[in-house]
Amino acid sequence: MASENGLIASGDYIKHHLQNLTYGQNPDTGVWELAHTAAEAKDMGFMAVHLDTLGVSFILGAFFLFFFYRIGQKMTADTPSGAQNFIESIIEFIDENVRGSFNGKNPMVAPLALTTFIWIVLMNTMDLVPVDWLPYLAQQIGVFFGADPHHVFFKVVPTTDPNATFGMSIGIFFLILYYSIKEKGAGGFAGELLFHPFGKMMLPFNLFLEGVNLIAKPVSLALRLFGNMYAGEMIFILIALLPFWIQWSLSLPWAIFHILIVLLQAFIFMTLVIVYMDMAHQKEH
Amino acid sequence: MNINLTMIGQLIMFAMFTWFCMKFIWPPIVAAMDERKKRIESGLIAAERGLSEHKEAQQKAQEMLNQSKDQAAEIIANAGRQASTMVEDAKDTASQEADRIKTSAQAEIDQEANRVRNELKDQVSDLVMQGVNSVLAKEVDAKTHKDMLGKLSQTL
Repeated sequence: MASENGLIASGDYIKHHLQNLTYGQNPDTGVWELAHTAAEAKDMGFMAVHLDTLGVSFILGAFFLFFFYRIGQKMTADTPSGAQNFIESIIEFIDENVRGSFNGKNPMVAPLALTTFIWIVLMNTMDLVPVDWLPYLAQQIGVFFGADPHHVFFKVVPTTDPNATFGMSIGIFFLILYYSIKEKGAGGFAGELLFHPFGKMMLPFNLFLEGVNLIAKPVSLALRLFGNMYAGEMIFILIALLPFWIQWSLSLPWAIFHILIVLLQAFIFMTLVIVYMDMAHQKEH
Repeated sequence: MNINLTMIGQLIMFAMFTWFCMKFIWPPIVAAMDERKKRIESGLIAAERGLSEHKEAQQKAQEMLNQSKDQAAEIIANAGRQASTMVEDAKDTASQEADRIKTSAQAEIDQEANRVRNELKDQVSDLVMQGVNSVLAKEVDAKTHKDMLGKLSQTL
């Protein structure tokens, strides 16, 4: 009986960790409020926001911009300081990647790649914060404001929320469409969709193939990042279910391995963004 | 894991961050890096130029050194030659002078000898005349005899 209770408790623990802090209109009462349960959050439908995802990603993005902006204003061409060196090595790394993969001329692509890379790295890195710290802190704050501790949800890693990854990839998708039409012309872009790869006779088939190809870009971009980070977070949560004195033996190796995933996923996302931008800028096929 | 407005919010945030990055972060950093690159490049070029200039100067100095060495050698050779010719000349003039002095001395000696001989001749003829005078004081016409004796002394 006790073990069954324990099982239910761990199930609740996991579910609690995977629930976002949702703000929306309660369909039953019509009141705008924070969802108290996962079911309530689900019922709020599309017109709701995940405050934790938006908040954490905003703080991280602002931190990134602030840090880079400060260093950027103090840049000198003389002997650089340590922070400047750090920033420069990142910029150089991004620039090298953009130069290597992007053949068009667009001053937006490199900053886009930089923002993408650093922001995703920071969001992913939240995974390395022990899984209970920030949710516990949020819970304490919630309780301070008079909330039921079981109803205060807090999902720390924004990239484990598909909203975050899809939000970014849809932005990229718009950019792909915009630059495809701008660089190739509406006719050129339509031609690419209709007459490629098999010529006029296979028009519907071409459209289907290219359409899937086009749609697959943002979807794969979002799902790859989300899937990797969600799985990583899940494993951290499962490790956190173990007795505390044994947790380090699994969480430490996993965290070390996760550092690789954090950087790798951000790098893949950035590289694909550059490649997609390059494809959108290619004039002839 | 519900899809909702968060997505749109994230999209707007992403766009804003990218815009800010493009506007205020990327340009100054890249500008500073480019400037440093240029500085390093020009520094390297200047260093190379300095090196080649140094080499050139060295070469020039070596050339000048060689030239002056040649000049010095030439001067020394000239001086030697001049000295030897001067010595030769001096020798020549000295021997010439010696010859000249010798001949003039000879001529003087000859002249003196002649003069002394003539004097002696005159004295002898006077003596003879005195002797003859004293011997033949009465008999002889002094004038004719004197002429005779004068002719005689001249043949001596």
